[in-house]
Amino acid sequence: MKPARPLPAFVLPGLAALTLLLAAAGSLFVGRVNVSPSDLIDGLFAPDLSLAGLVLTELRLPRAILAILVGASLGLSGAVLQGLLRNPLAEPGLLGVSSGAALGAVISIYFGLAAVFPLATPLLGLAGAMAAGALTFAFGRGGTLTLILAGAAVSGLMGAFLALALNFAPSPYAAYEASLWMLGSLSDKSWDHIALAAPFILVGLGLLSTLGRAVDALALGETQALSLGVDLDRSRLLAVLGVGLAVGAATSVTGSIGFIGLVAPHLVRPFVGHQPSRTLLPSALLGATLLLIADVGTRLIHTNTELRLGVITSLIGAPVFFWLVMRLRKVAP
Amino acid sequence: MSQLSAHGLGVRRAGRAILEAVSFGLEDGMFVALVGANGSGKSTLLSVLAGLLTPDSGEVRIDGTPLAAVARRDLARRRAYLPQNPRAEWPISVERVVALGLTPHLPAFGGLPEGLEPRLTQAIAACDLTDHRLQPATTLSGGELARAMLARALIGDPQVVIADEPTAGLDPRHALDTMGRLQGLAARGKLVIAAVHDLTLAARHASHLMALTAGRLAAFGPTAETLSPELLRRVFDVEARIVGAGGETLVDYLGPANGS
Repeated sequence: MKPARPLPAFVLPGLAALTLLLAAAGSLFVGRVNVSPSDLIDGLFAPDLSLAGLVLTELRLPRAILAILVGASLGLSGAVLQGLLRNPLAEPGLLGVSSGAALGAVISIYFGLAAVFPLATPLLGLAGAMAAGALTFAFGRGGTLTLILAGAAVSGLMGAFLALALNFAPSPYAAYEASLWMLGSLSDKSWDHIALAAPFILVGLGLLSTLGRAVDALALGETQALSLGVDLDRSRLLAVLGVGLAVGAATSVTGSIGFIGLVAPHLVRPFVGHQPSRTLLPSALLGATLLLIADVGTRLIHTNTELRLGVITSLIGAPVFFWLVMRLRKVAP
Repeated sequence: MSQLSAHGLGVRRAGRAILEAVSFGLEDGMFVALVGANGSGKSTLLSVLAGLLTPDSGEVRIDGTPLAAVARRDLARRRAYLPQNPRAEWPISVERVVALGLTPHLPAFGGLPEGLEPRLTQAIAACDLTDHRLQPATTLSGGELARAMLARALIGDPQVVIADEPTAGLDPRHALDTMGRLQGLAARGKLVIAAVHDLTLAARHASHLMALTAGRLAAFGPTAETLSPELLRRVFDVEARIVGAGGETLVDYLGPANGS
């Protein structure tokens, strides 16, 4: 068996970036309010406020930017965690930060804080994500398996509290709103949401992108990575911090969005010769692209109730994952 | 000049001594075969020597400096460590596996610098892997994988090579091949320490023999002077006959030692 050399290092990130740009442009021109592209462009450059300009700058642009930030967080976190834990099933929710964010957000809805102060939901979500991440790291430090198990335990705990909150919801409406929030959405997001989440997401993405060498060396297992000078404890800390910040902030603004972090690295891997460090950037770009496309999907498919983003990513992601499993069964010995 | 020395090493796990009062000095050009029964502490000793495990007492010094005082990356450049049954977790190419040996020599970001490309080609050729260069490491046979891992360990040109049972699971041809390569390294002035179970292989290739029993150093010295039926009785609890000497030594087991 003599496979071809993997593509040169710049080809895949370049292609992924191009696709991302196309998807972003597409998401600016497609929406519920039917405005023609030329009107949108005119509106953007018109001196006075126009409907088209408002739609673009206040609705679609923040939505697209948020989709890119959140999708990149999910894609990069998935790639780093799969590399670090050498587990193809690792996904951003593994460390419990998503469930923590969901719990925080649901608490804000439960106590009616969200109605008083719109940013209460993302703020409490962020607090929940940080608490969950800290808890996972406190119990799971020192080993890969313990980290995975601690993440599962924290997810379970957050899930239990979440169920408790729904169980004793003050009104059926609060329970409905909370469950709906958890399905994930990019609608009704303003520049405020971006201003709140972007700093955390960018710092998180920055931390995660330093882990390239570590995930590469870990392809030989922990002992060899350690002998090659990789500081495993530090790498694990950086990963938990990075995922906590990026995915925590992302989930607290948009709700839970499944499968993107799991699937994006798998789709990228064959094109980079399976080298873990080279999956990082393309996974981030692909994650952003997939989320943009899924979001356009929620706007194009007209339903009475809004089709939630997390639902569409799961509906598309799960079959993709089935396909990956089938392919793996053929490839693996 | 002492290259790597152990000073009163002790490791305890759950109240049990895994290593106790182990001291010795190793020098450049030695090929030390570490032998001992299962559970005698060979792997633990190698981990401690490689700086991967901090002993509960005593210390290891490299060129006179305690390992704890040597920076992680610096140590990674000076010694290579091969664990038991190393494997690749992703189907990355042999070339990538070997290049990973350069990790401590690389900057934090970016690919392999142009200047290191010839070194990669040379390391791959030296371990007879040129035909497998782009093959996924997960599809290699046991012998090929062992050579790839050896190339990975040697590409950084370390002064000290520590290998935990490098011949485990290899057929005779590949076991001989691996031992020959390690012997060649020592002949070129490196210090090689390897845990070996096959005493005939150890006797034929290693310049020195180190034996552990229950975490204590039972013997250490030049192979010809150290290997004896008495040592094997003490270390492995077997009666054995040793035929020939040097590169033609044969260790023949006769049976379990009497009276034990």
